[in-house]
Amino acid sequence: MNSFKPLRVGEAPLIKWSLITLAVFLGLLLLLLPLVSIFQQAFVGGWERYIGHLTQPDSLHAIGLTLMVAALTVPINLVFGIMLAWSVTRFEYPGRKLLITLIDIPFAVSPVVAGLLYLLLYGNSGWLGEWLYEHDLQIMFAWPGILLVTIFVTCPFVARELIPLMQQQGASEEEAAVILGASWWQLFRRVTLPNIKWALIYGVILTNARAVGEFGAVAVVSGNIRGETNTLPLHVQLLYEDYQAEAAFASASLLALIALVTLMLKAVVEWRQQRSLSANDNKEQSQL
Amino acid sequence: MIFNNGRLRHKRVLPGFTISLGVSLLFVSLILLLPTTGLIMQTSSMSLSEYWGVITDPRVLASYRVTILSALAASLFNCFFGLLLAWVLVRYEFPGKRILDALVDLPFALPTAVAGITLATLYAENGQIGSVLAELGIKVAYTPLGIVVAMIFTSIPFVVRTVQPVLEELSHDEEEAGMTLGASDRAVFWRIILPSLWPALMVGTALSFTRSLGEFGAVIFIAGNMPYISEITSLMIFVRLQEFDFAGASAIASVVLMTSLLLLLLINLWQARYLRRIHGR
Repeated sequence: MNSFKPLRVGEAPLIKWSLITLAVFLGLLLLLLPLVSIFQQAFVGGWERYIGHLTQPDSLHAIGLTLMVAALTVPINLVFGIMLAWSVTRFEYPGRKLLITLIDIPFAVSPVVAGLLYLLLYGNSGWLGEWLYEHDLQIMFAWPGILLVTIFVTCPFVARELIPLMQQQGASEEEAAVILGASWWQLFRRVTLPNIKWALIYGVILTNARAVGEFGAVAVVSGNIRGETNTLPLHVQLLYEDYQAEAAFASASLLALIALVTLMLKAVVEWRQQRSLSANDNKEQSQL
Repeated sequence: MIFNNGRLRHKRVLPGFTISLGVSLLFVSLILLLPTTGLIMQTSSMSLSEYWGVITDPRVLASYRVTILSALAASLFNCFFGLLLAWVLVRYEFPGKRILDALVDLPFALPTAVAGITLATLYAENGQIGSVLAELGIKVAYTPLGIVVAMIFTSIPFVVRTVQPVLEELSHDEEEAGMTLGASDRAVFWRIILPSLWPALMVGTALSFTRSLGEFGAVIFIAGNMPYISEITSLMIFVRLQEFDFAGASAIASVVLMTSLLLLLLINLWQARYLRRIHGR
């Protein structure tokens, strides 16, 4: 019997259960409690008041603007992510490594600095901004500015998910398809896409979550015009600083809901990915 | 030459080289590189002494100190907490494990402004956690400690998600050999397991530190934002902008930008080195 006992560190019940207890306790305190308290604060005054807060014209406008920005950001970064991942994993050229490093910049840069970069370029004192001003094009303190900084902040997500996966998978299946006469669309649709599907979905989920919730960068370029350039996170800030905590948490609960859906989708995607991986393993084993 | 030619042709079997590289370069130039020109032009219009004066202004210096110390404290906490979470999630089975695993990503998914107002409410003196701490004489909200709490929250996932895969793939041979030969749990952990986890733990902690340095949304609601005491550097940039002092904002931003790019470069180099060590075995 003794030889079947796993010889691992930390298997003694006392150590094991005290570590689990500590981790779960801290997890509840630092992660779950904040999540629960968002909804608690939002529903302090009951359902009717909650709905009332959300159907204020300013709230509705903020929701609409946020959804519009996300709906534009996601497809743009999706196309860019696929293009970048394709070019750096399927071809060799000088500067390839540099390109991979460059797209990490938005992860490292403080969002306030990101917003400032755009403000300096497109604002009235920037060199491009002056020209835009003369041609009556308003980018800063209007929705195009919000869209641009959101694209900046979220551009690494899809590419970051795809690059390691496509590197690992290699190009042999795709090369075989081309040699067998596949057109580029057939190649993408039938060979590449099925292989990268789950990573792509996960990248989109992350892009969307961040696009909806970006605060620092958007705060710099939005100008906080109520009912015009207020996104949902800015609306939350405005209400909170106006001592309307309940209304702020009502709007915040929508964003928290999106976060919850993101976490659930992530769990589903991981589960599907694991299943398709183990299905492949089984297939290979039965062929042997 | 012939070999080279063959290789080149081989690489270009796949379609889309020009368009994928073209789109990537255009996008990177327009979205990532072009905006930096504004910052470069703005700061280069300042004289060196002006620039130096702005970035070493006492209030700005105090903000560097607050930001760096808070980020250090937060990433140190997350180094331990992240290792604990990763260990428990990989090694043990217990009820609620999958929920805890999913919750780890919450700080990535939850918008920072939402995290900010929630933490400020929870840790305020009449809040659920704050009232308990107040009885112990600890004030969190509207003090530098609040900044640390906010930074801890937003950077929890980094250490867990870098250590977890390494811990999963760790071979058990050496560990079992050590245990069979009668070494204590503690000795095997310190001598065998921790040295293999060390590089990933360092990268995770460094990422958590970098993220904490730049954190804005979650911090400003809980910090109280008192000049010299609880004002972070990102907020200093924001304050200068609201004073329409674009040059001042740019100068401080250039310091922040260069620091974070340097950190990013160091983390990448370190990561490349330890990846080579693992694959080179």
